[in-house]
Amino acid sequence: MNAFVALKDVTHAYGSGDGFPAVEHLSLSIAEGEFAAVVGPSGCGKSTLMKLATGLQFPRAGTILVGGAPVTEPVRIAGMAFQNPTLLPWRTTLENLLLPLEIVEPHRSRLKRERAAYVSRAEQLLAKVGLAGQGGKYPWELSGGMQQRASLCRALIHEPRLLLLDEPFGALDAFTREELWCVIRDLHAERRMTVVLVTHDLREAVFLADRIFCMSARPGRVVAERVVDFPRPRDLEITYTKAFIDIVHELRGHIADARKTA
Amino acid sequence: MNAEADSVSAAAEAEARAVREAAARARASRARRLMLAPWLCTIGFFLLWEAACRIFGVSSYVLPTPSDILDAIVAYWWPLLFHSFHTLWMTTAGFVIAIVFGLVLGLALGASRFVHAGVYPLLVGFNAIPKVAVVPILVIRFGVGWLPAVLTAFMISFFPIVVNVATGLATIEPEVEDVLRALGARKLDIMLKVGVPRSLPYFFGSLKVAITLAYVGSVIAEYNASRNGIGNLMARASADFNVPLLFAALIALAVLGIMIYAVMAWLERRMTGWAQRSQFAA
Repeated sequence: MNAFVALKDVTHAYGSGDGFPAVEHLSLSIAEGEFAAVVGPSGCGKSTLMKLATGLQFPRAGTILVGGAPVTEPVRIAGMAFQNPTLLPWRTTLENLLLPLEIVEPHRSRLKRERAAYVSRAEQLLAKVGLAGQGGKYPWELSGGMQQRASLCRALIHEPRLLLLDEPFGALDAFTREELWCVIRDLHAERRMTVVLVTHDLREAVFLADRIFCMSARPGRVVAERVVDFPRPRDLEITYTKAFIDIVHELRGHIADARKTA
Repeated sequence: MNAEADSVSAAAEAEARAVREAAARARASRARRLMLAPWLCTIGFFLLWEAACRIFGVSSYVLPTPSDILDAIVAYWWPLLFHSFHTLWMTTAGFVIAIVFGLVLGLALGASRFVHAGVYPLLVGFNAIPKVAVVPILVIRFGVGWLPAVLTAFMISFFPIVVNVATGLATIEPEVEDVLRALGARKLDIMLKVGVPRSLPYFFGSLKVAITLAYVGSVIAEYNASRNGIGNLMARASADFNVPLLFAALIALAVLGIMIYAVMAWLERRMTGWAQRSQFAA
């Protein structure tokens, strides 16, 4: 497999000295364009994994490759979204979307000259996630689900090749969450970027991902890897099929084992 | 049958409308009462004061009645106005210096942990010194005049600005920082795009506190080392045992204080309305 994101025998601990490691001998690899999900008990180092893959933290031991090159600085080709939408309240939704473009090259130097083009691009993206015409509103005027949609747009506006999602739907109600599953499914189908989704929700992982990694309790390691080969595009109906429920059940077993050994 | 049903539904509708109107009237009268409350309280306070002085026969050397004070205000309206403006001017000058200095130092403290660790204890120590104790030193160096008042106003008021601006910068959500750093944002980018706008509500919030302190500072300095200003007027009135004038000066201070506070509060609402509407964590 031609890996786009590869971690080889990675160990990392926070702070100075020999703190108890957050992840230990962690190895995994994800192909380009693949949708990967990482599940595990809380505190298993899933967020550490995100920081390592984006170059916000560097491991104590082991190697990390993203896009074929070792990670030695923030990767710049990644978009991130979190459980908390973290939109800036003094900017309108549209201005929030443009924020990454004010940072990352080559958009940074083009933004002033080609603002109209970028604005229309942002508006198209908003329309795609069901926020057509809402760009002028401030984040506090949007509901939680709408804020999370805008946050997804912000993660995607610079067309990253790697999208990292850290429990992005965790704070939403069940119906909104399922709607957003479909939004992210369609965006992935259209753009074919590589996605790493960290989640606690096993149904979410099985519905969205091509490949699921189960992590152990701290220090985190991959204890199981499961390929999900339901044909795409997937419909929400498959979440009620026996094959789907079997996979969820199987993953549930891995997580339960991981918690027991903790 | 049909007509009867119509008349029943019409009656129900009329009743519903009456209920709605009554509710609207109740809301409006509640709002009116709320608007009147500060005036009623203030007037009540002075009436109570007047009554207490008269009933217990308090000497006007101890506590003049509001009507005595009103007489003094009328008699001395020009000196009161003149010295109020002088005090306002000293306060504003010191306050403006405090804003500039407080912003620069606050940004430095918020941006660099090293500066924060190094300078903060010094700041706390300086802030702990009662500024009344500094006025004599200022007089020795600069003599009696406007400079001690401006400097005292500045010294007493910059601290809350520094602390608030630094806090706003230091409490950026780590996730926002991660999003931007992963894109290759430099420290300066994060400061300008997130830190500074984020600290603005803290900054404008601190101005309300700072202007009141600056005002205290300038009055203290005027009392001890000036030929002008409300502080100086009070020093002279107390030397003359002119207690009603002393109280008239206090009233002038209170009115001026409310005015400058209101200006700052208005400025805060105007500049950082987003923070109040989004229930920004302060």
